[in-house]
Amino acid sequence: MIHDRNATPSIENISRRSALLGLGTASFVLALRLPADADESNGAKKEVDGTKKYAGDAMPNGIRNDPRLFLALAPDGTVTFICIRSDMGQGVRTGFRMIVADELEADLNRIKVVQAQGDEPKYGNQDTDGSRSTRHHFYAVRQVGASMRLMLEEAAAQKWGVSVSEVEAVNHEILHRPSNRKLGFGDVAEAASAMPVPTPEQLNLKDPSKFRYIGHDDQQLADGFNIVTGKAGYGIDTRLDGLLYAVILRAPVYGGTIKTFDATETMKVPGVLKVVTVDPTPIPSEFMPLAGVGVIATNTWAAIKGREKLQVTWDDGANGTYASDTYKTELQALARKPGLVVRNVGDVDGTLPKAARKVEAEYYIPHLAQAPMEPPAAAARIVDGHCEIWACVQSPQATRDRVVKRLGLKNEDVTVNVTLLGGGFGRKSKPDFAVEAALMSKAMDGKPVKVTWTREDDLTHSYFHTVSVEHLEAGLDASGKTVAYLHRTVAPTIFSIFKPDQTHEAPFELGMGAVNVPWNVPNLRVENPGVAAHTRIGWFRSVSNIPHSFAIQSFIAELAAAAGRDPKDYLIEMIGPDRLIDPITQGDSWNHGEDPKLYPYDTGRLRRVVERVASEAGWGRKPIEGRGLGIACVHAFVSYTAAVVDVAVDKSGQLTIPRVDIGIDCGPVVNPERVRAQLEGAVIQGVSLATLGEISFKNGRTEQSNFDGYEVTRIDAAPREIHVHIMDLGSKDYSRPLGGVGEPGVPPVAPALTNAIFAATGKRIRNLPIRDQLAG
Amino acid sequence: MDITLTVNGNALQFDGEEDMPLLWYLRDIEGLTGTKFGCGAGLCGACTVHLDGSAVRACQISLKDAVGHKITTIEGLSPQGKHALQIAWQHANVPQCGYCQPGQIMQAASLLKDTPHPSDAQIDEAMSGNICRCGTYTRIRAAIKEAANMGASL
Repeated sequence: MIHDRNATPSIENISRRSALLGLGTASFVLALRLPADADESNGAKKEVDGTKKYAGDAMPNGIRNDPRLFLALAPDGTVTFICIRSDMGQGVRTGFRMIVADELEADLNRIKVVQAQGDEPKYGNQDTDGSRSTRHHFYAVRQVGASMRLMLEEAAAQKWGVSVSEVEAVNHEILHRPSNRKLGFGDVAEAASAMPVPTPEQLNLKDPSKFRYIGHDDQQLADGFNIVTGKAGYGIDTRLDGLLYAVILRAPVYGGTIKTFDATETMKVPGVLKVVTVDPTPIPSEFMPLAGVGVIATNTWAAIKGREKLQVTWDDGANGTYASDTYKTELQALARKPGLVVRNVGDVDGTLPKAARKVEAEYYIPHLAQAPMEPPAAAARIVDGHCEIWACVQSPQATRDRVVKRLGLKNEDVTVNVTLLGGGFGRKSKPDFAVEAALMSKAMDGKPVKVTWTREDDLTHSYFHTVSVEHLEAGLDASGKTVAYLHRTVAPTIFSIFKPDQTHEAPFELGMGAVNVPWNVPNLRVENPGVAAHTRIGWFRSVSNIPHSFAIQSFIAELAAAAGRDPKDYLIEMIGPDRLIDPITQGDSWNHGEDPKLYPYDTGRLRRVVERVASEAGWGRKPIEGRGLGIACVHAFVSYTAAVVDVAVDKSGQLTIPRVDIGIDCGPVVNPERVRAQLEGAVIQGVSLATLGEISFKNGRTEQSNFDGYEVTRIDAAPREIHVHIMDLGSKDYSRPLGGVGEPGVPPVAPALTNAIFAATGKRIRNLPIRDQLAG
Repeated sequence: MDITLTVNGNALQFDGEEDMPLLWYLRDIEGLTGTKFGCGAGLCGACTVHLDGSAVRACQISLKDAVGHKITTIEGLSPQGKHALQIAWQHANVPQCGYCQPGQIMQAASLLKDTPHPSDAQIDEAMSGNICRCGTYTRIRAAIKEAANMGASL
C-alpha cells in the first residue's frame, strides 16, 4: 500500500502562495494594484545617451525596485517579501529580509520570505551568480522597503487628517506622536495600497546609524528551523500528485550520441514504466541536455535499477580520445611558447635575459566538479500545454528560456518554481537537468516527472571547472626586486560551451586575476595561448581566480624565496604604493561588470587586508618545527581578500591545518554573520580543492564517479580554527560600493596553504591536488 | 511483498520490493524527504537515519534489513525541533545550504547518545562520514559541544 502524505515540502513559492493564501484576494491588499505597465516602470533603463551601463543595470532585464512586485501586506500585519535570488547557502533570503525590514521599519519576524518564480520580464534579472546578489540589489531592496514605508505613512496620515511629516513608521506601527496615536501596519494595508508609489527621489532612505538589522550580527537564518527539522524543500524533494521518477543514462563522452540501445531487461524491472531517448544537442551544447536514455518509473530506485539493465552502445564523437595526462602535456607545450598577448607593459623580452636572477615556474590545476550535496534534480509537468517546473536552479529565467526553446513553447507557457538549492557553486547555473525533466514529462503525456541526477551522473557530466597550466617567469635585479614578469595562462574557456572554436580565455576569465595584477613592476606581460575544450567547461565558485591565484600567489612567494625576503613583505612590495588603478589600463575591460570609477583597483585596500590577516595570524612568530605560515591575497568580485594558513606537517608527510585567518574588504556589510559563514566555507572549499580535488579524463570519460574517487575535505581534515576578519566592520558608511562575498574567499586559500607547506618543509607544491605529495 | 516497518513510531505497511533501499522508501513512498540523497554508496552521510537509535546510512539498508527495527528520521528526532542539537544548530547558525544538515544532526545525535561529552577527536571520528560541501565543519564541532553542554538526549 502506498501512503500519500501529501508532504510536499518545497519552500513557499509564489505559486503555492496563490493556491494556499489566495493572491488576488484582500488578504494581500498591497500586492493587488500592480498596473499592467509595471514591467516598464522600473525596468532596465534603456541606453538612451549611449553611455555604458554597469552593475545590475547591465544585467539582462535589469533591476526593479517597485514595491508592488516584491511586497504584500496582510490585514494581520504579515508582510510577504518575494525573494528573486536563489538561496544556495549564501543566505540571500536572510540578508534581503534584513534589508527590506530595516527600510520598511518592520519587525523582521513578521516578514515571510517567499521565493519568486523565474520571470525576468517581471522581476528583472534573477541570475544568482558572480557574487552579485547583495552587491546589485542592496539599494533596490532598500528602495522597495522605503517605498512601502512611505505609502503606509501617507495612508495613516490621511486617515488621521494630519501631515505625513508628523507620522513615522516604527517597528511595524505608524505613530503620530503629537496626538499619541498609533496604527498597526495591517490596519492601513488597504488604504496604503491606494497610495501612489513614490518615485525614488521622494524616498527617505534610513540613516545607517538607525539600522536595526543591516550590519548587525547574529541574525537567525530565514530557513534555519526548516533545515534542522528536515522540512526545508530542495529541488530533489519536490512532491507532486502522481509524481513519476526518472534517471537518465547520458553519453559518457561530451558530444557522444546513441548508436544502439536495448531496453528489454529494463522494462522487466518492477516499477519501470517507460524508456525514452533524449535527442542530443549539437555541441557546443550550452545549457541543453546531452544525448541519453531516460528510464521513467514509479520510484527513483526502480528507475536506477532499470537504468543499470540498459544496453547502450555509443558513438563517442570527436572527444572520445580526451585524456588528462596527454592534455596536460599539450597545455605545458603551449605554455612554453609565445601566445596571444593580453597585457603588455614595458619590455619584458629586453629585461628578462639581463636580470641578475631569473625565476621560472609552472603550475597545474586539474578539472574540478562543483559536486553540490544536492545533485541536480528537477520536476516538471505539462497541463493543457503549460509546462511547470520545480528546480534547484541559480538561473530560473535561463531555465525557462531553455524549456521554451526545447519544447517549442511560448515564454508565458512555462513556469519555473525555484526551490532551495542544496549547494550550487556554479553547477546549478546550467539548467540542463530542468530541460530533461520537461522532456521526460512530455514523454509521459504531461504527467509529473522528477529527474534525479545520481552522484555518478553529477561527477561524470558536470560542467567542469577548467584545467590549466600557468607558466610564470620573472627577472630580479641585484637587490632582489622584480623587474620583469611574464605569465602565460592556458586553459579551456567557458565560452566553448556557447560557441564553436573558442580557444582563448574570455575577458571575464582573464579579468579574474590574470591580466589585472597590480604588481609594481615596470616590465610585465600576460599571454594566453589558445587551447580547445573537450568537455563541458563551466563556472565553479570563484572560477578562473582559482588557477590564476594559485599560480601567481605561489610564484610571488617563490620570488620572495629567491630574493631571500619575507613572503609577506615581498607581496606588499609587489603590490606597491597605495594607488587607484583604472582596470582598463590593466587590460581588464570587464571589471566584474562594474563601473571602473566606482570600483577601481584599490591597491591600498588590498595591502591593508594583507597586513590585517598577517597581524591577526601572528605573522613573524618564532619558527616552530614542522609548522609554517603561508600568505596569499586576491582582488576578485570587486572585493579584497587575503588568507594566512598555518600548517603542521609531520615526519610522515601528514598535513594538518591548525588555523586559518582570512580577511575580506567587501565594502559595507549587510549580514556580518553570513559573511563569516561564506568565508569559513570558502576556506574549506579551498582546502578541499588544494588537497584532494581532481577530475581526470581517459577516453573522454571521467575517471571519478563518486566521493570515493572524487574526494572532498571532511571534518577530520578541516582546519581546527578559522578566524574571519571583516575590514571596517561597524563602519556606518553605506554610501561606499558593495563588493562580492560568496566567491572571493576561495582563491587565496590554495596558494596560502602551499606557501605554508613550503615554509614548514621547504617543499614547493606546483601541481594540485597535493594529495600524497608530502609523503616520504 | 508486504513489509511492515516502524518509522518514527508509526507502523507502516508497504507492498513492494524488499530490496529497495530504505532511503528511497522514506523519500519516494513515505514522503519523508528530510532524509537526503547524496551519493547512494554510503560515502557522504546525507541519508543518515537511526536504526534502533544508532546512525546508519539509509542508502545502504534494504527494507528487508529494516524490518523489526525502530527507524527514526530527522522528522522524528523531535517533532517540534527541540532536540538539543537542533537548538544548538540554530543557535550557531550552522547551516549554509542546509542539505547535509539533517544527516549531520542524526549522526551527531547518535554520537552524543553513546558519548555525551565527546572530545574533538571523537567528534571528528564520528562525523567524518558526513560531507558538507558548504564547509560548515567548524560550526558543526562547536554546535555538538554546545548541545553536549545542554545535555543532549534522545
